[in-house]
Amino acid sequence: MRIQGRNIGIIVYLLALFLPIYWLLNMSFKTNGEIMSGLSFWPHQFTLANYRHIFTDPAWYNGFLHSLTYVALNTVISVTIALPAAYAFSRYRFIGDKHLFFWLLSNLMAPPAVYAMPFFNLYYSIGLFDTVWAVALAHCLFNVPLAVWILEGFISGVPREIDETAALDGYSFPRFFTRIFLPLIANGIGVACFFCFMFSWVEQLLATTLTTVNAKPIVAVMTRVYSAAGMDWGLLAAAGVLTMIPGGIVIWFVRNHIAKGFALGRV
Amino acid sequence: MRPAQEREPDMLDKPWNNRAWLFVIPVLIFVLFSSIVPMMTVVNYSVQDTMGQNQFFWNGLVWFQNLLDPTTDIGGRFAGALVRNLIFSLVVLFFELPLGIAAAICIPRHGWKVGATLVLVALPLLIPYNVVGTIWQIFARQDIGLFGAALNRLGIAYNDTQDSTSAWATIVIMDVWHWTGMVALLSYAGLKSIPDAFYQAARIDGASRWSVFRNIELPKLQKVLVIAVLLRFMGSFMIYTEPSVVTGGGPGSATSFLSLDLVKIALGQVDLGNAAAMSLVYNLITLSICWIFFTVMTQIERRGTV
Repeated sequence: MRIQGRNIGIIVYLLALFLPIYWLLNMSFKTNGEIMSGLSFWPHQFTLANYRHIFTDPAWYNGFLHSLTYVALNTVISVTIALPAAYAFSRYRFIGDKHLFFWLLSNLMAPPAVYAMPFFNLYYSIGLFDTVWAVALAHCLFNVPLAVWILEGFISGVPREIDETAALDGYSFPRFFTRIFLPLIANGIGVACFFCFMFSWVEQLLATTLTTVNAKPIVAVMTRVYSAAGMDWGLLAAAGVLTMIPGGIVIWFVRNHIAKGFALGRV
Repeated sequence: MRPAQEREPDMLDKPWNNRAWLFVIPVLIFVLFSSIVPMMTVVNYSVQDTMGQNQFFWNGLVWFQNLLDPTTDIGGRFAGALVRNLIFSLVVLFFELPLGIAAAICIPRHGWKVGATLVLVALPLLIPYNVVGTIWQIFARQDIGLFGAALNRLGIAYNDTQDSTSAWATIVIMDVWHWTGMVALLSYAGLKSIPDAFYQAARIDGASRWSVFRNIELPKLQKVLVIAVLLRFMGSFMIYTEPSVVTGGGPGSATSFLSLDLVKIALGQVDLGNAAAMSLVYNLITLSICWIFFTVMTQIERRGTV
């Protein structure tokens, strides 16, 4: 009986979660005429025109490509440089380690709004403004500390005896790290990649501030629907639906580790 | 799921090795570039004023004095936004924590349903912030949105662009919708680390559901809940995109939080002095709160879980 109650609980929760998403999906298959003519619970004049528009207009599909490019760049950079640092924090004590760790975390908590204006100046002056690199590097501000935090949690779950045994067996450190250690924390690396992907993909303020034309991300392209001719609700809804797909795919890959990942390896 | 007892000695006999710094250098370079360099610009602007043409002169602490004095125009704006933001953060925590824990208890523990449920629960977290705003902007509309239209049919005077109570309700519900999944996933991870033997012992003792929760589950959740409170407090304290899409900070300044106000001043009005002073004070507040959480967290980790 208790299990029954739990099932009902989770079903109600998921229904509430999907009601707004259902409404967006519903709207994305309607014509603007039908949207404005009143409420309907399913599209009476089913149309794929909104999706077709996005896949044929370069401004729209390039928005998706730009976003995916800087997200991928950022994920690779963040996780690669975070790995050795996380290892150091997990395995050794060194001068200033606690302070350094706190300082890193404090960047994770820094409001992007504070950085919008100085980042604009910085990337403008070094000539990276309006490139995917500007956004990829800017997102390192919070993704690098996040990756360090997550990986440190997972690395601390691997007993240090393994490092010592490998050293006794004559493994050099680089060989030990790549051949033995990385496979052991593969889950942690997957989870760290997932989080870097997530926070870079959902971020809007910095991505919009640092780009104008050549690297315009999808979240900025979406403002195109607010035109003088009125809102193009159907197109906006279709674009919204499409932005959920990459996230959905990525979660599927880490579904078995996602809970532990959110706990940053700390349970 | 490593037990705390294992971690404890591990923390104590970590070897001293200052060469570990070499491993940290790449991270240091990247984060310094992304945080210190831009912050220098802000500090620079915060003590100068300009007459245009890129001519700056020393202005001392005037920007800060104005900002921290609620009787001035900018000071009043800042104080208002700060108070609204703190209320907002506390309100969303008040809803998201219990709801997230309850959802976590309901998540199935075995079989294919586990993965499917976790993916669905996590999905809102991977929607870009402005799309979350868009979803709720559409959903809350009185003409074409299910939520707004349904409320109006029920005879509730609801209008999220005109009425500040409706605007607040929309923003809070949106945030709860968006982020409860994270609290649920964190709590689920905590619950999963409880051995089945604990539950069996409780069943033999004839413990009620409530006392199982109070005496077994809640203590085990302590550590993850501190992380949840930290992440959610900080997240809501720097919220920008979602309210800016749904209400734009309005009606009036009813939902104008710190980040919204800062972006308006910095990028909208290009009022560099005020924006810089506000950035620094804002950053200092988040830093202090973050430090408190960090201290609490390391204390808990040192003590080991209860």
